[in-house]
Amino acid sequence: MSDGPGSGADIVWEAGSPGLGAPAGTEWETVIGLEVHAELLTRTKLFSASLNSFGGEPNSHIDPVCLGLPGTLPVLNRHAVELAMRVGLALGAEVRPSIFARKNYYYPDMPKNYQISQYDRPINVGGSLELPSGKVVGIVRAHLEEDTGKSTHVGGAGRIDDAAWSLVDYNRAGVPLLEIVSHPDLRSAAEAREYVTELRATLLAVGASDGKMEEGSLRVDANVSVRPLGSAEFGTRCEVKNVNSLRSLGRALEYEARRQIELLSSGERVAQETRHWNEDTGRTSPLRSKEEATDYRYFPEPDLVPLVPDPAWIEQVRSELPLLPRQRRHRLAAATGRPPARLALVVERGQDELALEATEAGADPEAVLKHLEQNLADGTGRLTAAGLAGLITMEQSGELTSNQVKEVLAEMVTSGESPATVARRAGFEAVGAGELAGVVDRIIAEHPAEWQRLCAGDDRERKKMQGFFTGQVMRATKGQANGRDVAALLADRAGA
Amino acid sequence: MTAGPAEAIAAAVRAGERSAASAVQESLAAIAAGGELGAFNAVTAEAALARAEAIDSAVAAGEDPGPLAGVPVALKDNICTRGTPTTCSSRILEGWEPPYDATVVDLLNAAGAVVVGKTNMDEFAMGSSTENSAFGPTRNPHDPGRVPGGSSGGSAAAVAGGLTPLALASDTGGSIRQPAALCGIVGMKPTYGRVSRYGLVAFASSLDQIGPMARTVADAALLYSVIAGHDPRDSTSIPEPVGDLNGPLDGDVDGLRVGVVSELCGEGIDGDVLARLEAAAGALASAGAEVGEVSVPAAVFGLSAYFLIAPAEASSNLARYDGVRYGLRVPAPGATDMNVATRTAGFGDEVKRRIMLGTFALSAGYYDAYYGKALKVRTLVVRDFAAAYERFDVLLAPTSPTVAFRFGERTANPLAMYLSDVCTVASNLAGHPAISVPFGSGADGLPVGVQVMAPALGEDVMFRAAAALERLLPETQPATAGARSAGAVTKETAP
Amino acid sequence: MADRISRHDVAHVAWLARLELGDEELARFTTQLADVLDHAADVEALNLDGVPATSHPYPVGNVLRDDVPEPSLNRAEVLAQAPETEAGQFRVPPVRGEAP
Ligand SMILES: [Mg+2]
Ligand SMILES: [Zn+2]
Repeated sequence: MSDGPGSGADIVWEAGSPGLGAPAGTEWETVIGLEVHAELLTRTKLFSASLNSFGGEPNSHIDPVCLGLPGTLPVLNRHAVELAMRVGLALGAEVRPSIFARKNYYYPDMPKNYQISQYDRPINVGGSLELPSGKVVGIVRAHLEEDTGKSTHVGGAGRIDDAAWSLVDYNRAGVPLLEIVSHPDLRSAAEAREYVTELRATLLAVGASDGKMEEGSLRVDANVSVRPLGSAEFGTRCEVKNVNSLRSLGRALEYEARRQIELLSSGERVAQETRHWNEDTGRTSPLRSKEEATDYRYFPEPDLVPLVPDPAWIEQVRSELPLLPRQRRHRLAAATGRPPARLALVVERGQDELALEATEAGADPEAVLKHLEQNLADGTGRLTAAGLAGLITMEQSGELTSNQVKEVLAEMVTSGESPATVARRAGFEAVGAGELAGVVDRIIAEHPAEWQRLCAGDDRERKKMQGFFTGQVMRATKGQANGRDVAALLADRAGA
Repeated sequence: MTAGPAEAIAAAVRAGERSAASAVQESLAAIAAGGELGAFNAVTAEAALARAEAIDSAVAAGEDPGPLAGVPVALKDNICTRGTPTTCSSRILEGWEPPYDATVVDLLNAAGAVVVGKTNMDEFAMGSSTENSAFGPTRNPHDPGRVPGGSSGGSAAAVAGGLTPLALASDTGGSIRQPAALCGIVGMKPTYGRVSRYGLVAFASSLDQIGPMARTVADAALLYSVIAGHDPRDSTSIPEPVGDLNGPLDGDVDGLRVGVVSELCGEGIDGDVLARLEAAAGALASAGAEVGEVSVPAAVFGLSAYFLIAPAEASSNLARYDGVRYGLRVPAPGATDMNVATRTAGFGDEVKRRIMLGTFALSAGYYDAYYGKALKVRTLVVRDFAAAYERFDVLLAPTSPTVAFRFGERTANPLAMYLSDVCTVASNLAGHPAISVPFGSGADGLPVGVQVMAPALGEDVMFRAAAALERLLPETQPATAGARSAGAVTKETAP
Repeated sequence: MADRISRHDVAHVAWLARLELGDEELARFTTQLADVLDHAADVEALNLDGVPATSHPYPVGNVLRDDVPEPSLNRAEVLAQAPETEAGQFRVPPVRGEAP
């Protein structure tokens, strides 16, 4: 949870209603900033030694500290700090000396009725995330905080406002969270999804989070506003909560933007509020308003001491970072000459290493990418880069037909054998050039009328007859002829 | 040096000359006889006797149970004890049995001490008279019509009344030292971070420290040396090792530079108290100390800063008492109503006042004017004391501006009660150690304490000066003048 | 100064602190809190420009623990202290609305 200074919302977004009196036909622009909470992959909680573990028997991973029992004190988990630093460094943030603060508010699943979070001095400040499209989204901050327990609302069809009572499980209380706040740089639901996808891939790459939105280990809150296209000011924003999948995120954002545009178009105002996304109705609705405005009364957490990572520690963590998705796209782009956006899928599937090696082994980059994108969606199995490169060579030299290539490739994925071995065993002996010419000439001789139509006909007729002759050749060679070679021979004989 | 009752018991038990069981039985009998003091919230007789027998068996088997072998110890009721109620003298925690022991409890057990019960206190340690206990007040053993001071009035009365030789208490703004002074015993607040706070129910986290209460400086030092040390469960715990205290205690004060804090010796301090402070300064000077006056300008602002910082932290620390997980619940139709009903019924007026004061000091629009400013004043307090310690080894001041007052005298006016802490809060803000040593008597023959403060981690020099004062006392005031009877409950009078 | 804190302020603060005050209490607490804040006014005269805040009396930094688990508390022992439980969980009256 954040509402701290520097949560993109509070600093950059000014309340206003530029849409008032917008002329009919105004084009609208959606402005989105996201707050992503990622549960960090530690063994224990942020401030105590009970297990950080999803699910399980209720209240089975609890200790005096995470229960906030009187007299208990927090002690910071080193690994959580290192994971936070990894994410910060991956985002190009500045890792700074930081302190923890208490955010005070009452809720039964929060054991101390304050959350230990970071406020005016977070560990990671600034940075950015480059999306596959090339768009760069600014990061405000990425700070550490503790998670709450989980409330289950019982009775009243499970709806929060009608529940008869609630049950509280503190297994999740104290689980380390990293809250990553973006600038309001996103301009559509699709971009927001792209951002979350890329952020998730980055978190996974550095081992900070398992990124499971459906299980709640990655949670997204969205700040949404709209403004007339070309306007420099921001509109009044709403914060949309309870988005539990990428698909919901897209739907919720589209709904909310449309709702705001309709309000403004009809001369009404957008109220600044927090809204709840309802997956079943496909709508957002305001959360029950509280009796009084929230006042979190942040102050420095007196039970914790400052966190001051020295440069050596930061460099140590930096040196352990793996290549990030963005770096992998750029590396492959450099090797293949294709734009990074094109390479997102291959990188996402983790096939970029193979693509890189196959390309380095001399294979045509386009052919490599085409096979990975189209024929290897289910994984590359035991396929080696050398094997793929060899196969592409055989394909391009006409030794194998495209159908044969597919069969051989599938076999290579399961067996890991070389293309030559697989092709030989399958009997895919390519028809030699001399042999093929003989076959073509024989078939022309056997079909003089058709040949006449090919040579004298208009474009349409010629194409049709080319298909006829190619089919005959293929039948005669049991499909082992290379289509391109057949076409070349026919053209040669026709004198074209 | 004056041998303390705790030292004597431990020495005899370790030597096999007396049993731990007899020491514990004697204490339990004194507690039973002193019931009208209202010192204890709970007495753990059965567990204490079982433990004493275990210690005796260990001695019989040739083992050393530790430096506090067989010594009965009372714990302020804000120190968590597994399976024994820890209430903070509040309705909201009545009957709560923690599922864990405080670090100091582990250390006491490891040293062979025997916990005999939990002592009364001002609710959540908020108060200076122990009148804010939900379970009734504690009486001063020197005069049952007067308060024992607070908030650790129960621990002070237990030790002063001879119910236990030692007690642990907590000091956030003077809660060990002021009742020690009013009850005529030794009470000490260690350097912040020297004793683990793990298991001490928080009042104000950046000020709270657990410390010893005893009848002699040596006993206080003995108990301190058992509980002091680094604890990985407390992030604010000081990692540096604790030095050996036995040597410094016997040292003389020849050449010791002693500064009397002029700001704490002026307006608002009773004449009888000032007279005893002067006697103490004179005694030290005659023993060879270089005594001078020192100005600590920010010390006078300490109380203002304290009464913003402590309530602010308390307002947050006490938010957890909401009727959900433990303690009192007052039923209501919704969760928020239940929180409100529980807290409204469970907290006494003083706790409510401080929670509201602290909430206000932190609230939007007031933070900078109150809490933010108080933290800056705290910096001035730290700086001014640091400057004083460049010229002096220890500082001297009264502990309490008055001797023990009568019940009800200050309850109607919270500010008047808060002024009881005027001499003690600065040490909590600065974080340095301070000790109150009985130094004769003042008005109505009631005890007066003198406070010795030392720089952070300066416990050795602080104890050395305190032990010297204890030795020098008979030279300054005939023992009979102030030795008013502690009443029927007193078995052993304070030295 | 009588207006350092108003009845309205005290009522608001009581709500933030989840306390309910009767009329008499509201009046009394308002006066008492104003007295304490008045006393604290002596710090207002101080020039605190450029003075840093002290939230810790003794400077310690980077206190960290290794990420090594310890056994959970016994659930039954913990729930035994709770006012109301159900199915291994803490039972509370219905929560209206979500966390802010
Ligand atoms: Mg937020
Ligand atoms: Zn957050």
